Formats: sequence, C-alpha cells, structure tokens
Amino acid sequence: MDVDFTPEDVAFREEVRSFIEENYPKNLGALERSDMSKEDLLAWHKVLHTRGWVAPSWPVEFGGTDWTVTQRYIFNEESARYGTVPPMPFGVQMLGPVIYTFGNQEQKDWVLPGILSGKDWWCQGYSEPGAGSDLAALKTKAVLEGDEYVVNGHKIWTTLAQHADWMFCLVRTTTSDKRQDGISFLLIDMKTPGITVRPIITIDGGHEVNEVFLEDVRVPAKNLVGEQDKGWTIAKFLLGNERSGIAGVARSKKAIDRLREIARGELENGDPLLSSADFSRKIAELEVDLTALEYTELRTLAAESQGQGPGPESSILKIKGTEIQQRITELTMEAVGNYAAPWVPQLDVGDNYLAIGPDQSHGVSQTYFNTRKTSIYGGSNEIQRNIIAKMVLGL
Amino acid sequence: MDFSFTEEQTLLRNMVQSFVSDNYEFDTRMKIVRSEEGMDRGIWQQFAELGLLAAPFSEEMGGLDGGPVETMVIMEELGRGLVVEPYLPTIVLCGGILNRHGSDAQKQAYLPSIIGGEAIWALAFNEPQGRFNLADIVTSARAEGDDYVLNGTKAVVLGGPWADKLIVSARISGDQRAREGVGLFIVDKSASGVSTQDYPTVDGGRASEVTLENVSVAADAMIRDANSGLGILEEAVDHGIAAICAEAIGHMKMLNDATVEYCRTRKQFGVPIGSFQVLQHRMVDMFMEYEQSVSMTYMVNMKLTEDAAARTKAAAGAKVQIGKSGRFVGQEAVQLHGGMGMTEELNVGHFFKRLTMIDTQFGNVDHHLKRFAAA
Repeated sequence: MDVDFTPEDVAFREEVRSFIEENYPKNLGALERSDMSKEDLLAWHKVLHTRGWVAPSWPVEFGGTDWTVTQRYIFNEESARYGTVPPMPFGVQMLGPVIYTFGNQEQKDWVLPGILSGKDWWCQGYSEPGAGSDLAALKTKAVLEGDEYVVNGHKIWTTLAQHADWMFCLVRTTTSDKRQDGISFLLIDMKTPGITVRPIITIDGGHEVNEVFLEDVRVPAKNLVGEQDKGWTIAKFLLGNERSGIAGVARSKKAIDRLREIARGELENGDPLLSSADFSRKIAELEVDLTALEYTELRTLAAESQGQGPGPESSILKIKGTEIQQRITELTMEAVGNYAAPWVPQLDVGDNYLAIGPDQSHGVSQTYFNTRKTSIYGGSNEIQRNIIAKMVLGL
Repeated sequence: MDFSFTEEQTLLRNMVQSFVSDNYEFDTRMKIVRSEEGMDRGIWQQFAELGLLAAPFSEEMGGLDGGPVETMVIMEELGRGLVVEPYLPTIVLCGGILNRHGSDAQKQAYLPSIIGGEAIWALAFNEPQGRFNLADIVTSARAEGDDYVLNGTKAVVLGGPWADKLIVSARISGDQRAREGVGLFIVDKSASGVSTQDYPTVDGGRASEVTLENVSVAADAMIRDANSGLGILEEAVDHGIAAICAEAIGHMKMLNDATVEYCRTRKQFGVPIGSFQVLQHRMVDMFMEYEQSVSMTYMVNMKLTEDAAARTKAAAGAKVQIGKSGRFVGQEAVQLHGGMGMTEELNVGHFFKRLTMIDTQFGNVDHHLKRFAAA
C-alpha cells in the first residue's frame, strides 16, 4: 500500500501542467462561469480535444486515454489547480459511457465523436415536476408511430438546455405495474419542432436550469438506446457515473486556497482574519474533512482500476463532496464580512455597473446561494443516504 | 413572570399583519424590489398613517410611547412579509438614537418628519477595514472653529440610497480602534462633499458606499458630545439586533410553515414526502430552532433597557442564536423544497437570503460569541 508518485507520474504532472499553462485560452481566466457564453464554455474543451484529453476515462478505442488511475487523478488536480473550465459533464461523463456500453455501432459512430469534438452539446432530460427524487415516476410519454416516436411531456431542472443541441431523455414507452419497467432512453434533437425551453432563474440570479416542454416531438426510432422499455438499467448506470465525478476534491482544494487568500486580505481589528484562531480552525477542520474525502475517493478509484465499477459507495463521495463544497462557500462568504451584502447581478449587467467592495468579495454570496443546489441535484443527499442504507448496509 | 402580550400589543400585531398580508404579497414585494428605487414610498406613507413610524417615540414628539416589545411585534410582522422599506435604519437605529440621546433641538427638528414619513435616515457606521468592530474608525472629524470637518468612507450603509439624512460615526481623537474620541454626526446626504455609490443587496434591500470629502457640519450636528459616540452606537446596534432577531423569527415561522405544508402535499414514491421519518425529524429540528429563537428574541427585547453590561450580553447571545438557527432553518427549508427551493420565483429562497444576511448584519455568530464570552 502506498500513495507515492513514480518518476513517470511526476513527469506526467509536468507535461499536464505545461500543456495547460501554454494552451489555456487567456481570455477565459478573467471570467466568472456565469458570464460565459457557449463558446467560452467550450473553448478549453476544444483545445483538450486536439490533445486527445477530453475524456480520459473512456476506453482508448472510443477516444479516451490509457491513463492509470493516478494519472487521471493528477490530470484532475492540475486542471483544478489552474481553474480550467472542465468539459461539460453531460456528454463526456454521462452520455458517453452509456453509448459505448449500451449503444449500437451506428450510435457509437455518430454520438461519441460529436461529444469529443464539442460539436454536440448534450443536456439531460431526466427530472420532471412529479419525478424528482422518485425518478421512476416520470410521465413523459413516447408512442411509436411507424419509424418514429412521438414524445409528449415536461422535463425540469435541465441544466444548460439553452445551449444544447441534443438531449438524452428518459421517456415512458409502456405503462406497467412495476414503474421501472417501460422506461426508454431516447436521443432527441433539440431543433425538432415541438420543443420549448423556458429558463428558470435561481436564487443566485443565474440562469443554469430550464424547463423543457415536449409537444408532439417526432424522434426517429433509431435514436433509441438499448432496448425499448429497458431504459431504467441505463438510467441507473448513468446516475452511478454522474455521482463518481461529483466529489470535486481537487476543485475544493483550490477553493480552500482561495478562501485562505481572502482571509489573509480581510482585516479583523487590524490583523488578517486568517490569523484569528477561530477562523483558521474552521479552515483546518474543512481541510481535514477534505483529506479524508480525498483518500476515500482514491480508494474508490483504485477499486475501479481493478475492474470494480462505481458502486453504491460513490454515494459517500456525493454526500461528503457536496457538504464540503457548501461549507467552503459558506466560510468564504463569512470571510468577507459586511461585503457579503452587495448583490452582483448576473443577468442584464449594465454598462454602468460598478463593483462594490474589495475584488475578492465579488460574487461570494451568489456562489454560496448557488452551491445550495449541490445537495439537491444528482439525487438529493437524502436519497444518497437511502442508497447507502439499502445497498451497503442492507437495511 | 409574564410572557403574554397586552391587548394593545395584540391589536398592533393584528393591524401590521393584516396590512402586510393585504398590501405586501410576495408578488408585490418582488415588484418593489425590482423597481428603479427599490422601495415603495406609498407604503412608507401608509406606515406613517397607521402610526408605525410613531411607535417608539415619546408622546410629546407625536409618538405613541411604545417600547422594545412594540418594536419587536412590528419587526416580526414585517419579517413575515419580507418588507424592504427602511423601518430598521430610520425608526429603530437613527430614530432610536435621536429619541434617546438627541438634544431637545435635534428631536424637535428631526423627529416630526420621521414620524410623518417625510424623512428617511440611515446609520453609516461600518467601514471597509472595520469588519464588525464598531470602534474601528478611520473616518475623521476635525474641529474647525465651530464646525467639524468629516473625511472618510463608510461601507454598506443599509437604506443609504433612500436616505435624506445620515448619522455618521467618525473619529474626533484617539487611535483607530480606541473606544474614546468617537462622535456621531447628523449629516445631510445632499451636503457638499457627500457622495454615494448605491447598489442592491442580496436580500432585496439597497445600500450605499458613502464617501465624505471635507464635509462641514456645525457642532450642533453632533449627538451629545465628542466622547459618547461609541456607547450610543453600541446601544443602537443592540437595539438593531433585537429588532432583526424579531424580523428573523418572522422569516423562520414562514419558512417552517411553508416547509411543513410542502412536505404534506409533495408526493414522491406514492406518498407525501412528509411521511418519511428522516424529513419529519428535520422539520422538528427546524421547529425547535424557531422556538429557541423566539425565546432569545423575547429575552433580548426585555433586557434592552437594562444597563450596558446586561444589554450587551443579551444582544450578543440572541444574535448567536438567531445566526445559527436562521442558517439552519433557511438551508433546510431550501433543501426540503428541493429544486423548487432554489428558484427565484418561490418566496422560500428570498427568506433564506434575508436570514443569511441577518447572520452577517451587526456582526456574525463568531463575533457575538466572543462578545458574549467577554461580557
């Protein structure tokens, strides 16, 4: 048992670091994610694509890498250290593995390259107003008419659907007593007539999520992934993959560095807030918890590298990872004191908008409010605890 | 021992409650928040007509001679409606300072227009470097003949954009954080040398950064004398704390009721999610936090008129309780509402944001824990 880096790993870290430093688009550095256009969000993705590093965890034959678990860890750490905009998870993390695991050859040939190149932006059509934690309650209906499905329904919380070219969508193709039966996994072109995307503005003022209305949307039958009515297995497989990336350890490390930087600049009775015993203790507690999570994630990754897929234990990563993210944003807001109050509008920023207070305080409250979503999305933390209780503890 | 309200206090509560529910529905509130000015002058005028702006002032000034409990009742009801109009800065903070410490001339000059709803005031006491230390003051007041000349920057002045007058803390003598040598000055916002940068706050309010550049005020613009500013300011802030504790219990009550109702009606897995024990216990915890907060709010409001040491301890303790409980109740209300709790269109997130700011306002949990321990 060891966690030392080999000389090859050290060389790999150097390679990744210099690639990022030399190639990361300079104009992105100054932007908050909420200010970013679709082009901005895809800019780094496209550079990574030229290097073959968009989807390190995919098998090589589909355009992934042959990196070891350690190399993937190093890549994530270096990306977070620099603060890169990661490739959108919908294609790379969620749909890609579904397609190379369950898709037919034709689907592999047209879906995977579009994900890798960034040509196709995917969104996730899972939740519905009546089907949140209880995903199997979904009602969006698809009826096969000739060689087309006719889809009617209402999806909600669809992240960045406003940019999406395509949606992978759970639909009900058969009504059966067992609700998990009769669900199918469809790929839908967002340009199809009958699709309406309505923005949902969240409490931080941002526009990330949407409602998607589907009215007599005609989808070619060949866009069905796997067997009709057997989509639940795919849905669950995807959720497992969604959770595995959710711990966000490297980015939390970076966020703690930033928190420490802010606390160094904030004054309390003339001294840096960082030198306050109370405050530095809170940062230390966060770091201890993050270290534990990091090693838990490394143990999971090691198991994965020996062929064990992400199991229900990945729920630990989701719960602990999001709790830590929320505590970091909370403490960061606390650090800036009175300057947590100014509201930095994320929409309709006028030309005459002037930033208030020290630079480091900008947007920290919005980030705190926005991050409350993390314990709700991707299967709420209550649901994750149910999964552990049932699948791990056997209760 | 008696925790009951008098008949007059109950009537006052009923009046404010029905005014808020009739005239300040959530949609109306959001229209006001998003409007150019960010407050509704008509509502403010109606507050004057209802006597709310007169509540804490003496009868000889045209007030209703109410005490902390009357203010508490009003603030709790305003909290239930997430009212953004500047009751706290104008009536509780500045009005309170004038009422308790103003000279007869100052009271006669200023209180009638406050009570009549014609003048809005804001308390400019924060400074960019000061964090929560009220004595950490760089803004200077230099005596020049019969006048004082003020120079400095005051930070996050709540209600600043709407204010006609400011009460500004400034250092007349002593080191940057000395307790002595602090004066409070009444400054006309339109006076020469006063400039502001106005902005919205995360909780739907408005605030200003106020810059004072060689602002000349007459000596009679000072509250009391050149040494009593800090004590008066601390007392005012404790009154402010008692008031926002009351506001916060209004928020928590609304959130708890909304959450219980949502969990009763929202169905997943074929049953109301409120039937899950894990969520039931969470709501029980929210309820207990609310009850503990009510207790501390009553406590601080009963002790506001005691000596400075008792008042300090009461206010610090109450602020710690409200900070922690408000955070818990706010976060859990959002969590239990799921995605809906994250949306701008539901009131839950707005109560949560106001509770979050209440934790910071006048000093956060850490600050008041230290203050409590030292008191």
